[in-house]
Amino acid sequence: MYTLLKQIVRAGIVSERAPSSDERLRVTRQRLDDAILRQFGRSLAIRHVDAGSCNGCELEIHMAQAAHYNLEGLGIRFVASPRHADMLLVTGPVSRHMEVALRRTYDATPDPKLVVAIGDCGCSGGIFGESYASCGRVANVIPVDVAVPGCPPTPEAIMQGILTAIARERAAE
Amino acid sequence: MQPPLELEATPIRGAVVARQLELTPPRLHEVCARAKAEGSRLVALWGCDDTDLGQGFVLHAALLERSGLTCLRVPLGAEHPHYDSIADIFPAASRMQRATYDLLGMHAQGSPDQRKWLRHGAWPGGAFPLRKSVAPDAAFVPADDHYPFVKVEGEGVHEIPVGPVHAGTIEPGHFRFSIVGEAVLRLEERLGYTHKGIEKRAEGMTIEQAARLAGRVSGDSTVAYAWAYAQAVESIAGAEVPPRAVWVRAIALELERVHNHLGDLGYLGNDVALAFGFFQFWRLKESLLRANADLFGHRYLMDLIVPGGVCRDLPADGPRRLFELCSDLEREVVVLRGIYDEHAGVQDRFMGAGRVAPALAEALGLTGLAGRASAIACDLRVDHPCAPYDGLDVRMATHAAGDVAARVSVRFDEVLESLRLIRVLLGQALAGAVHEPLPASTPAGFGVGLIEGWRGEVLVGVETGADGRVRRLHPHDPSWQNWPLLERAVIDNIVPDFPLINKSFNLSYSGHDL
Repeated sequence: MYTLLKQIVRAGIVSERAPSSDERLRVTRQRLDDAILRQFGRSLAIRHVDAGSCNGCELEIHMAQAAHYNLEGLGIRFVASPRHADMLLVTGPVSRHMEVALRRTYDATPDPKLVVAIGDCGCSGGIFGESYASCGRVANVIPVDVAVPGCPPTPEAIMQGILTAIARERAAE
Repeated sequence: MQPPLELEATPIRGAVVARQLELTPPRLHEVCARAKAEGSRLVALWGCDDTDLGQGFVLHAALLERSGLTCLRVPLGAEHPHYDSIADIFPAASRMQRATYDLLGMHAQGSPDQRKWLRHGAWPGGAFPLRKSVAPDAAFVPADDHYPFVKVEGEGVHEIPVGPVHAGTIEPGHFRFSIVGEAVLRLEERLGYTHKGIEKRAEGMTIEQAARLAGRVSGDSTVAYAWAYAQAVESIAGAEVPPRAVWVRAIALELERVHNHLGDLGYLGNDVALAFGFFQFWRLKESLLRANADLFGHRYLMDLIVPGGVCRDLPADGPRRLFELCSDLEREVVVLRGIYDEHAGVQDRFMGAGRVAPALAEALGLTGLAGRASAIACDLRVDHPCAPYDGLDVRMATHAAGDVAARVSVRFDEVLESLRLIRVLLGQALAGAVHEPLPASTPAGFGVGLIEGWRGEVLVGVETGADGRVRRLHPHDPSWQNWPLLERAVIDNIVPDFPLINKSFNLSYSGHDL
């Protein structure tokens, strides 16, 4: 126990300042009103869905929860069921084999809800495109609020996408 | 005494010691049985449609023997292509044969399991998307997706279906547990959810385009796939890769091994309620990824390896920085290993969980790091070293217990060994170019690449056409061999230990589903 505590003290706090939101990532106009966004901004529950990714984006989503990025420190946490979620974080080109599962997950997420598509594949289908096995981008299957490009996007970019989705749209004010 | 098969085979030039052996269909089973008796393992099995060339279908099987890789090539007919199943010799062949049927309609006769495997509802039975007669942009009418799971019956038995959308941030797949009380009687996996048509997508791509695609078969193994693909293409082109490029590739491969092991060791702590482990190991992983981004321009080194070499040299201060990083990581990992080893709660969960006995591992063909944790002493870097591993004296990590604790131990050993290897490599810095462009036009041909990725053997088979483009790309992930063993590892364990056991293997869905 002594070495464990010593290691915690020695490693110190490595968490960094969170990035700010970026309106350029927004795909559709903010659909939620300010009152709801104020609530989400203080405690947001996310359900991640891998809809067919190469698992590269998953590596960085994990990383956003690690000490340097400390997503939970912002009141944002991942939950085990879409029924507990405010937001879906979707990666991958949507494989045709995941199309039904993704739609069902979306339907199981209570309104009001947000969807953030992660990675080049989630934004456009990426290198896998559309084919007999791939539906392409996430927006081809469910409505998307914010899309974060990158292969894979960095943890900062992923956080920026999440924060943009819950930020009040400045352009609209 | 029959003459060795090598005498019949044609050498395949390139970085991998490999040969191709053409067989008539009736000989396949007998040759595989002989190879198995001599200690060979099945690495991969796939098919190819050559009917557009006026020929038939071709079955490929890659066997790893003590003397190198033997690529069996079995031409089949154009109508109703079929061959004798080799799943009775190599059990790992079963799912590969089922997938080959789903995609190409090549039938493995006599196989006890004829159910579909990669096909769900995206295309109907009787349609075969990887056939050349199917256009690249073809779409099928979605079909009904019924899958006959094996039903376990008896007093008190019930099923728990899990997935494809899981509770954690992991890839999609379906697990069907049959349990009594809390104990698992049987687990049946259903994979194929992330099938996104990678192999069809590759057809007609340029050599460069397909390099990017190969690097995205399984994102956590991008270096291994890119290197194996490059080996295959360089073999076809007859290209020599500059020594410094090979040197950079090996550093990149070891960095990939380290970051994956660090990540998994952190999650293994997390899965036994030691969140400390997650935050500590992922702090270390982040420092490595940042160094990757600074030195090579990408946190996961995607697209670093290209046919002909690497696209970016290590900057002048790179060796010093990498050396310091490795020394820092080593110091930290040793401390954390001590904490894991001494932690009674952690060891109580790790030890005895998810055991794959060495005899079972041997019989079913467990491979890679999981294999080494079940006494299968195989590591390409040791047994079949390509440059620069042939000059490195890699120390293989093994363990005989086959449980979660053994896989954790092997991972710790491999992290430390990779950190040592990187520093040895840094001390051998070679001058010169890091890229030698391939000849302007790639000839038609067949090439194969084989790399010991962090999970195990990654094989990439490539065929080029007369137009110099990719005609067939087959990437093979070691997860194919190891997924069936996960089903065995959880038997008699309790359901709550499944996430821990699963993470100790951490198999790829995308690399398997393609």
